[in-house]
Amino acid sequence: MSDGWERLRRATRARIGLGRSGEAVAIRDVLAFQMAHAQARDAVHAALDPGALSEALSDDPGPGVPLLLHSAAPDRGTYLRRPDLGRRLAAESAAAIPRGEWDIAFIIGDGLSATAVQRHAAPVLQAARRRLHGLRLAPPVIALQARVALGDEIGARLGARLAVMLIGERPGLSVADSLGAYLTFGPRPGRADSERNCVSNIHGAGGLSHAGAADRIAWLARQALTLGLTGVALKEDMQPALPDVSATLSPPG
Amino acid sequence: MTSRTSLAGGERHRFEDLRALLAAASPRRSGDELAGLAADSDARRVAARMALADLPLAVFLKEALVPYEADEVTRLILDRHDAAAFAPVRAMTVGGFRDWLLSHAADGAALAALAPGLTPEMVAAASKLMRNQDLMAVARKCRVVSAFRTTLGLPGRLASRLQPNHPTDDPRGIAAAVLDGLLLGSGDAVIGINPATDNLPNCMRLLDMLDELRQRHAIPTQSCVLTHVTSAIEIMRRGAPVDLVFQSVAGTEAANAGFGVNLAVLREAHEAALALGRGTLGDNVMYFETGQGAALSAGAHHGLDQQTAEARAYAVAREFRPLLVNTVVGFIGPEYLYDGKQIIRAGLEDHFCGKLLGLPMGVDACYTNHAEADQDDMDQLMTLLGVAGVNFLIAVPGADDIMLNYQSLAFHDVLALRDLLGLRPAPEFEAWLERMGMLTPEGRLRALAPDTAPLARLAAEAGA
Repeated sequence: MSDGWERLRRATRARIGLGRSGEAVAIRDVLAFQMAHAQARDAVHAALDPGALSEALSDDPGPGVPLLLHSAAPDRGTYLRRPDLGRRLAAESAAAIPRGEWDIAFIIGDGLSATAVQRHAAPVLQAARRRLHGLRLAPPVIALQARVALGDEIGARLGARLAVMLIGERPGLSVADSLGAYLTFGPRPGRADSERNCVSNIHGAGGLSHAGAADRIAWLARQALTLGLTGVALKEDMQPALPDVSATLSPPG
Repeated sequence: MTSRTSLAGGERHRFEDLRALLAAASPRRSGDELAGLAADSDARRVAARMALADLPLAVFLKEALVPYEADEVTRLILDRHDAAAFAPVRAMTVGGFRDWLLSHAADGAALAALAPGLTPEMVAAASKLMRNQDLMAVARKCRVVSAFRTTLGLPGRLASRLQPNHPTDDPRGIAAAVLDGLLLGSGDAVIGINPATDNLPNCMRLLDMLDELRQRHAIPTQSCVLTHVTSAIEIMRRGAPVDLVFQSVAGTEAANAGFGVNLAVLREAHEAALALGRGTLGDNVMYFETGQGAALSAGAHHGLDQQTAEARAYAVAREFRPLLVNTVVGFIGPEYLYDGKQIIRAGLEDHFCGKLLGLPMGVDACYTNHAEADQDDMDQLMTLLGVAGVNFLIAVPGADDIMLNYQSLAFHDVLALRDLLGLRPAPEFEAWLERMGMLTPEGRLRALAPDTAPLARLAAEAGA
């Protein structure tokens, strides 16, 4: 049924032209909103299934079995209240990391959307690995209750020159499964956000594809290893054909 | 600073200094816990309130919470303090002040005359001794009227900011959201876009678009593109139609530095906007946003609890006679305000503190998806704020901001609240709605389709 809003809706995903019942929003639109919010909340609170993720990663004869680590935040409630704990490793996890000599360590963190990680982390990691032949890649790490900066401590303990954290971004109402990749050269605790490069909005609803994300991660990784830095001084001037990325998401801390 | 002790509930509690006492007296919230400042038991929290209640109000003039030499916000607060205005409450304790604020002797005229004599710390301290009911009752007595092309803050009125954000700043998408908001009677406080990028030509393009739209339909309101104040200065220099200059501000010099601003640059922008003389009914040309937790997240809180730091931001805003000030109360996330209860309390505190200090206070009643909150909490907060006499609320299409990825109020929610509490839009805007044939004889918004509405041309321009 035409309500006069069809053409306007093509110009924006905003919830315009909602039905009215008195002054209230009509029930169909109320429930659509509640479903979007429920999906976003479920994504925030869903627990990452490390077994399924390890299995997805083992499809590829990559460099070893994933290492499972925990941040110092024991549960989701603490994680949400205490971003500082999500940036540090639990003591037993810190002791469990074998030191090596690696060019790149890939770390998969649940962040604020385990849904995003479960859907996109394995294919992005595998596609990125294929583009990084010739480099020494550490065994992948899966980190639970993780913030972006947890990759600093993990990368340092692994002895990696570059840490790449693949992490679930804060869910919005329209996209609850967006993955972000944060690259940090010379990872060590205390790195500032301005010392990282980010590839964000990796998702299937008009976001960056797995292959597109892998292209950019690999390009940035090689640049970082050549120049010996990441962050504001490393400008991304690779110009792949990008889809219209229409969600801006904050990094999960 | 001197330490304070309180013998309460059979235990002796010691508070290292005034900042520690204020922090311990605050209602529980995650940001103060994150900062390590919160009371570690409920009993200690009440003991702190007991100690605070007995403190002379004037102590805040003698003991600067952030050193005078080190912080220009402290200097602003103390240098601008009006001792004559303060005289009626000078001899009171904080507890006595709270009781007096609630008394019928403290009417609107008395509170307005007192405002220049109050500092943010006094107001924050009093708020910590108040229940939510008290915060509403006192705020309701404070009427702060400001004007540009509409008059805001009048009794019986509730205005709204129409926030038509779009993730890529697509002008057609923005126009569609503006149309939606106007058809639902929103936009009398301001039509204000948060741009996706601070790029100058982009901001100028959006300003031109809003200004043309406003003029073509003779809409009595003001527009704003919420870009950084330094960008606003530059685009004013280039001749863009800037009605209001926007800036996020915080309660310490260091936190403001984190936003890339100081008092001097705000002064420069204020003067530039005044010189444009675009207001027809008044010359309030500034728009400020604030929010508890901003100072801590910038590592610039100087040991202040987040609510006291927030109140100090209002001293910055007050210096520039703004048209609009609003706290973006739940935007910052659960590590500062964990759930609906904390967000609602903070919204009422911020509104109370701003109003008592003489600011035309509004609120963005909002939350993120990782906070323990939902639209039911926003319904409560907006209703309590409506009762408390809030000047304006922020509204977006369907409560879903698709650019900033958080939830605020829907245009419908403002209609519902006006209906529930018998509130009306700003008078000039209401007259326009009437002229456009958008109101029923009862003064309600008609349900109009975009292509049949009086604004059909706007819809056509937006691509329909």
